Amino acid sequence: MTTRQNGRPSQLFRNLNAKIASIPMVLTALVVFLGGTAWTVLYSFTSSKLLPRLNFVGLDQYERLWAAPRWMTAIENLAIYGFLSLIFSLVIGFLLAALLDQKIRFEDTFRTIFLYPFALSFIVTGLIWQWLLNPDFGFQGVVRQLGWESFTFNPLYNAEIVIYGILIAGLWQGTGLVMCLMLAGLRGIDEDIWKAARVDGIPMWKTYLFIVIPMMRPVFITTLVIIASGIVRVYDLVVAQTSGGPGIASEVPAKYVYDYMFAAQNLGQGFAASTMMLLTVAIVIVPWAYFEFGRRRHV
Amino acid sequence: MRYQFMTAAFAATVALQFTGPAAATDLEVTHWWTSGGEAAAVSEFAKAFNATGNKWVDGAIAGGGNTARPVMISRITGGDPMAATQFNHGRQAEELVEAGLMRDLTDLATKEKWAEIVRPKSLLDGCTLDGKIYCAPINIHSWQWLWLSNKAFEEAGVPVPKNWDEFVAAAPALEKAGKIPLAIGGQPWQNSGAFNVLIPAIAGKDVFLKVYQDKDAEVAAGPEIAKVFKAADDARKMAAKSNVQDWNQATNLVITGQAGGQIMGDWAQGEFQVAGQVAGEDYTCLPGLGVNELISTDGDAFYFPKLDDPEKTKAQEVLASTMLNPKTQVAFNLKKGSVPVRADVDLTAANDCMKKGLDILAKGNVIPAVNQLNTEDTNNQLNDLFVEFFKTPSMTPEDAQKRYADIIAAAE
Repeated sequence: MTTRQNGRPSQLFRNLNAKIASIPMVLTALVVFLGGTAWTVLYSFTSSKLLPRLNFVGLDQYERLWAAPRWMTAIENLAIYGFLSLIFSLVIGFLLAALLDQKIRFEDTFRTIFLYPFALSFIVTGLIWQWLLNPDFGFQGVVRQLGWESFTFNPLYNAEIVIYGILIAGLWQGTGLVMCLMLAGLRGIDEDIWKAARVDGIPMWKTYLFIVIPMMRPVFITTLVIIASGIVRVYDLVVAQTSGGPGIASEVPAKYVYDYMFAAQNLGQGFAASTMMLLTVAIVIVPWAYFEFGRRRHV
Repeated sequence: MRYQFMTAAFAATVALQFTGPAAATDLEVTHWWTSGGEAAAVSEFAKAFNATGNKWVDGAIAGGGNTARPVMISRITGGDPMAATQFNHGRQAEELVEAGLMRDLTDLATKEKWAEIVRPKSLLDGCTLDGKIYCAPINIHSWQWLWLSNKAFEEAGVPVPKNWDEFVAAAPALEKAGKIPLAIGGQPWQNSGAFNVLIPAIAGKDVFLKVYQDKDAEVAAGPEIAKVFKAADDARKMAAKSNVQDWNQATNLVITGQAGGQIMGDWAQGEFQVAGQVAGEDYTCLPGLGVNELISTDGDAFYFPKLDDPEKTKAQEVLASTMLNPKTQVAFNLKKGSVPVRADVDLTAANDCMKKGLDILAKGNVIPAVNQLNTEDTNNQLNDLFVEFFKTPSMTPEDAQKRYADIIAAAE
């Protein structure tokens, strides 16, 4: 105690308890996340088959990857699914939240109904929608039984539109959460702002569009990150609904990685594909993070 | 409350430790036999093993080999091995054996003279690495069968075809009667499997061996294989309305007469049996698609991962020996629809189709299994190509053949 009082306390020992407490997490982050990533990238340059081996083959795995029609289909599907799922879940989620925010009756009930699908796993969601979209038992079958004999709606069995069938299930599952986040954001807007807008005679839709939404920026960013991470790792939904079919029409990158690492016993190819996935995420995240966090520091 | 639970749990673990060695040894066996006929067959193994005083703990993994093998492999490489596991004959477990994760069964094999009883010899060769035996082959399956529903052809008003060409010619009549001419499930391996059956049937054994054994890309791009792609194009048109996923669902379409036929290995026979159908009366089987009567020596073998527990290690030997026991071989294979690996067993109970298979086998008209010639990596690339080909009507046979030749050229 006495020595401490004499000199300035060392920077290293400030908040010692907190630092000790965070050591396990720091180690986990370094070893598991960073270490695992570096290991994967390293082995993606090898010809590892079932077991990881360090015989380097340069960029061979990447050349094969980008020549594989299945990988190209997977990338294309991810782009379509990602773009549409981002837009639609934001728009639908915000609209639902805005409607619930009108001080309606039974708000709790509606909120529960909309949020409920989120409590289901992707596998269950996928299976439910596989049945609903089944041409014999699902929507198409029911409508045909009602008398419209020529009604056709079987996205899961049509290679051209199968990805939209998966998108429907993804939106059904995910928009409830987006709605809740948005609703929380809307509730965080001060009542006085609404009153001021009303006094100025600004119509409601304009208030939402030009005042409320810009004020909800942090909420939008949180939501964006949550949706985006869900998009990149989409896998179980596809497995449950179509297992990548018909043909290879609904393949996604995560499934390519899994299949080549484990089913095809070609770790090198799987690692190359997962490295490409990481790179894609990095290309999106890094500039955004730079603008988001870098700019604030300079202010 | 919590303490009570803790003491109870503690007591239970202690009790288990004491009773463990005295009671039977539990062996967990993983496999992907989950369809009706397969489950009936595997219960024969379980019965026979339980009769030795040990306990078969069933580790069935649903979803077919492509789903099950990753689970098995990651358990073995991840340090949580089961006591025994199924793989197909061939190169699926090659690297696991090389890495020393599998148990050497040579002593047992010499004692029980596997080298003399197992036929054909290639099955045991597939289990052998550096003169040591690492697996127990248990059955012979062959891919080269066309299963036809007699009922479907009767309703369409055409005679049951005797070969592939007659079948293709009968397709319009079947379609008119509201039937799917050819049932193929959506799983990728079924699509590439059907193509691999068409090769020896259409182009012959030599071409098959040149492509898969010698990996001759010129033959793969040549006119013989082009003919096979032409036939595959016919098959694709005939299967256009087949909307099922699993192979046994596709077989079920044939059993119920909704589909005319299916190209599938003889494991389909187990399904016909469970449905109570009789070969020759309710369904017809054409080995080698009725064109080239050849069958492959596919099938299953059991591998025994290295374990630390000496009790279990001992029980593994009992299990391996039980599986190759003549009685178990007959009971298992009759239900499975496959042929026993030993020739010295009584097969009078075999049905018509099985006898056809045994006949061809006795004549020596066999080809090696694709799994024995190709790595899983190559097979997976073929799966990707053919599932796309069969489900994409706009993909031309010429384009597909070009990609096929590329895969063969890059294969090891």
